[in-house]
Amino acid sequence: METEKYLRMDKLPHIWCPGCGHGTILNSFIRAFTESDLDQDKTVVISGIGCSGRATGYLNFDTLHTTHGRAIAFATGVKMANPNLNVIVMTGDGDGTAIGGNHLIHAARRNIDLTVILFNNQIYGMTGGQFSPMTPPSDMATTAPYGNIDQNFDLAQLVEGAGGTFIARGATFDPRQLKRLYLAALKHKGFSFVESFSQCPVSYGRQNGSGDAVEMLKSQKKNTVDFKKWQQLSTEKKQLLYPLGILKEVDSPESEYTVRYKKIIAKANQEGAL
Amino acid sequence: MKTKIFKPEKRAVLLQGDQAVVEGALAAGVEFFAGYPITPASEIAEGFARELPKIGGKFLQMEDEIAGMAAVVGASLAGKKSITATSGPGFALKQENLGFATMVEAPLVVVNVQRVGPSTGLPTSPSQGDLMQTRWGRNGDQEIIALAPASVAESYELTIKAVNLSEKFRQPVVLLLDEVIGHLREKIYLNDSEEIEIINRKRPTADQDPKSYLPYQQTDDLIPPMADYGSGFKYHTSGLFHDQSGFPDGKKETAKLMQDRLHNKLHNNLEQIIFYQKDIRNDDRVAVLSYGSTARTAISAVNTGRKDNLKAGWFKLQTVWPFAEREVAKLAAQVETIIVPELNQGQLIREVERAVAGQARVLGINSYAGELIKPEAIRDLMEEVL
Amino acid sequence: MARGERIEIEHPDWCKNCGICVSVCPTDILIKGKKIVEIFDLEKCIGCHNCELICPDFVLKVVASDED
Repeated sequence: METEKYLRMDKLPHIWCPGCGHGTILNSFIRAFTESDLDQDKTVVISGIGCSGRATGYLNFDTLHTTHGRAIAFATGVKMANPNLNVIVMTGDGDGTAIGGNHLIHAARRNIDLTVILFNNQIYGMTGGQFSPMTPPSDMATTAPYGNIDQNFDLAQLVEGAGGTFIARGATFDPRQLKRLYLAALKHKGFSFVESFSQCPVSYGRQNGSGDAVEMLKSQKKNTVDFKKWQQLSTEKKQLLYPLGILKEVDSPESEYTVRYKKIIAKANQEGAL
Repeated sequence: MKTKIFKPEKRAVLLQGDQAVVEGALAAGVEFFAGYPITPASEIAEGFARELPKIGGKFLQMEDEIAGMAAVVGASLAGKKSITATSGPGFALKQENLGFATMVEAPLVVVNVQRVGPSTGLPTSPSQGDLMQTRWGRNGDQEIIALAPASVAESYELTIKAVNLSEKFRQPVVLLLDEVIGHLREKIYLNDSEEIEIINRKRPTADQDPKSYLPYQQTDDLIPPMADYGSGFKYHTSGLFHDQSGFPDGKKETAKLMQDRLHNKLHNNLEQIIFYQKDIRNDDRVAVLSYGSTARTAISAVNTGRKDNLKAGWFKLQTVWPFAEREVAKLAAQVETIIVPELNQGQLIREVERAVAGQARVLGINSYAGELIKPEAIRDLMEEVL
Repeated sequence: MARGERIEIEHPDWCKNCGICVSVCPTDILIKGKKIVEIFDLEKCIGCHNCELICPDFVLKVVASDED
């Protein structure tokens, strides 16, 4: 494997806590990238703020570590300015669904060719364990000392409703599947989104009695099921388990945003245009 | 390749200030706009939506002001000359990413067509209330360049200058119009394209080895060469204080070195950044110092006053930030009184008083609820002090 | 050792001893050491890559076995 080519080896070890799943996501991502035929020099990886935001520092591409929540908006500018670039966003559940939630749904709506990998550890880790829009109800958080009363998003449904053309969900207990999902997302022409369950044994696990990283990975496995199997389940059982895999894939490269904008350029240059 | 709608031959056109910004930006090589509709700046977005695709450029209407600012920074890093436009409330929302642009040294232009604030305020009335927001609106210390046109012609010329300064210094530049200048229609002459000086950012040389490229190199001129994303350099860009390699190291010395470089790259070159016009005669005893639409009133008051032998002159700032401290100190040594009319409760006057340092009397005339200052108000004060 | 591949602790300095690799090894050859992961019984390694793929710290690598 040429995976080391895609890591900034001199920046490792990373700052993430022992047992943090974010490293497994990076691990799976660089393996997916190795298998893709994408050009490393024509790839930009963009992140926001929080634990996930640090991912870009370890990846050997043009990398942009932006402001909190805005990675997708920066990425939209990069992609539009130069549609020949592969643009990948790495964001977290706080970064991507709270402060950056607006950009997520609008990028999905435009169907712009970005690959968004959302590290979902259900908590604000870097700031010490406050609840995020992905923290399930009744979980504990430093800002929900009596239990969380907020409902969490079903992110896949949210992005689907917004118009995303590739939606997948994976989890760090199954890095082989994560890699396959990232590879498929990288190849997709249009907005692709991979919600990636990650474990946070420190800021989430300690408050919620989740055990160590190994225990948390076991819980992940218990609470998830392959999408094909999930589809066979009763409505009641569906509520209890998260489906993993490619949840939606629409192949329509013509509906991609930069492709549609090219048509606008042609239109503006026709005789008799404005 | 088809070019701009207003053909580059020198010719007279009747334009609004907002439209002149679009023309100036296109003349300076801008290929990217991202923004969000807001009064009284929407005509700028509309102009770019119409014109940019004609030159293969890109227009993006984003989901909010913050996203508009972010997209422009992204486009700049991808190598395009980029611009956004807004008004006061939107400018407030853009501040965090404007600070980011300063930190990563992304050249770009932010146009703020000012209206009366705070909050929604008076959306269709002029103001100069964002002067200090422009200077201090972001967290932390940092320099900013801000130019303020006083006419449609200046909206065109100073937009070109704004783009050039941003490219030259790897520095975001703010263009401060106000509602009157944005919506005013005047006849202006567009330049021949060969007459326009165009500055492009310094990029790494062809023989630069990507492995030894330092995106934030401490060069002699303090302006590091900037590589476009996708050109093989694989470098890191971060809003954290970073060393020459672009990576944060958390050291206070690194932060100090970078803060100083960001400051000095502008302050070592103030003569290239500070533009002004003046008409001060040797025996003038009072000077009216102004900028933007207020300068029109000031010049008019001085010109009519002179017909009645008032010993008065005018000084118009085209660059409001960095403040023309030395020039204003010099002016204070020449005259007894400096009058500072402003469409706010007194913002520039603080800088003037600081620069004057007691050498001359400084008096303000302020209108801050959407009314323009009348020439008579300035005339009255001139007569009173003379 | 049918496949001629074995696990190696490629970057011991990066190991945070989280134990995830230990939990995914089908032949139980890894153990949490005092400070970092340790290989308990290399002979039993079947080169399945489980630990390498899941390691969050890029510590482990399956390499061709010297003996083959």
